[in-house]
Amino acid sequence: MNGVHDMGGMDGFGKVEPEPNEPTFHHEWEGRVMAMVRAIGANGGINIDMQRFSRESLPPVVYLESSYYKKWFLALQRSMLERGMVGKDEIEAGRSLRQNPPLKRGTFSMSDVQRIMTRGSFRRDPPAPAAFALGERVRTKNINPVTHTRLPRYARGHTGTIERINGCHVFPDTSARGEGDNPRWLYTVVFSGRDLWGDDADPMLKVSIEAFEPYLEKLR
Amino acid sequence: MTYITAMSGHDHDHGHEHGHHHDHDHSELSETQLRVRALETILTEKGYVDPKALDAIVEAYETKIGPRNGAKVVAKAWTDPAFKKALLEDASKAIGTLGHVSRVGDHLIAVENTPKTHNMIVCTLCSCYPWEMLGLPPVWYKAAPYRSRAVKDPRGVLADFGVTLPKETEIRVWDSTAETRFLVLPMRPAGTEGWSEEQLAEIVTRDSMIGTGLPKVSA
Repeated sequence: MNGVHDMGGMDGFGKVEPEPNEPTFHHEWEGRVMAMVRAIGANGGINIDMQRFSRESLPPVVYLESSYYKKWFLALQRSMLERGMVGKDEIEAGRSLRQNPPLKRGTFSMSDVQRIMTRGSFRRDPPAPAAFALGERVRTKNINPVTHTRLPRYARGHTGTIERINGCHVFPDTSARGEGDNPRWLYTVVFSGRDLWGDDADPMLKVSIEAFEPYLEKLR
Repeated sequence: MTYITAMSGHDHDHGHEHGHHHDHDHSELSETQLRVRALETILTEKGYVDPKALDAIVEAYETKIGPRNGAKVVAKAWTDPAFKKALLEDASKAIGTLGHVSRVGDHLIAVENTPKTHNMIVCTLCSCYPWEMLGLPPVWYKAAPYRSRAVKDPRGVLADFGVTLPKETEIRVWDSTAETRFLVLPMRPAGTEGWSEEQLAEIVTRDSMIGTGLPKVSA
């Protein structure tokens, strides 16, 4: 979706302000939110692509005004409401008012912690050979789906070069819609800064994206 | 301070960030805290989560998983050419052979800084970051100023970090738009000849592995 989350190349947000000796969390609740999102995601079948789409779907003003973990919290609550895992009345009451079916993988407990501390693999068996070769020039498609995609706006409709072939991975665009893994080849595609931003851009800039095969087309 | 700072998410308890909204911020903050607590209560009562397991996750990120993991890998690459070669070929596999850092997931890619090329990592769409190597990302990495400017004006971003590179250095920005993750292998600074791996790991900063900083040798 063409949301405010897709920020690459936007102007006006100001300077980057690193915080010296930044703590892991600025508030106790941030850690709780991070842990709940990981736990419910892992055992409740809300995959990473669904989680990202629910954050992107927050109203633009809310997205921009909220701190990172506030966005995580709002999106988690929204995802669980949409799935009927919690009720609006329960959120208001601050306690459970009814029984629900257990999570797909059961209660998230101590024995689940180790499993989520290492990232899972997103690599899958390829349904077909890769369509593009190393060094090949390709064009990114001009797509504007209203659903989740990982092709950023600034990189649509541009010509780049296949620099790496990273195997065949779960395709986020369909995974976010609950349509399964639908594995697709994943490439590193590199663009010149001037191709993306015009002649005023730094001549020594190169930018790459990680592009799934459906985002790319052959150059004639 | 301005709206920009509010968006970067620096919402500390002491909250000096948005002077024009002090009271509002404080009440909103405690409200978030209450709402988060309420949700945790609900999830616990429903049997979705054991709060002890949540404690364990929080504790792991607060105490075990941080940039020291990445720094050890970099220091090893600086002192062991065979490991460096393996790291650049397949970082996940190479790091898997080291006993002393946490297990790393699939799809980690190490990118090497050279006198010709400086690498910088960003996630313009969200905040993808090599958690196992660097811990949870800092606020600036997740905030709009960095995510918007890194791909268009990386030299300007580097200036915000006090880093200036020669004009003729190629700046290569990697936008983490999939589940591949990137770790910058910075250049080993001059004057560190004969240092041990442990000494070297001390000078490898988090930012130098993101590409917004350089390893620092204090005189």
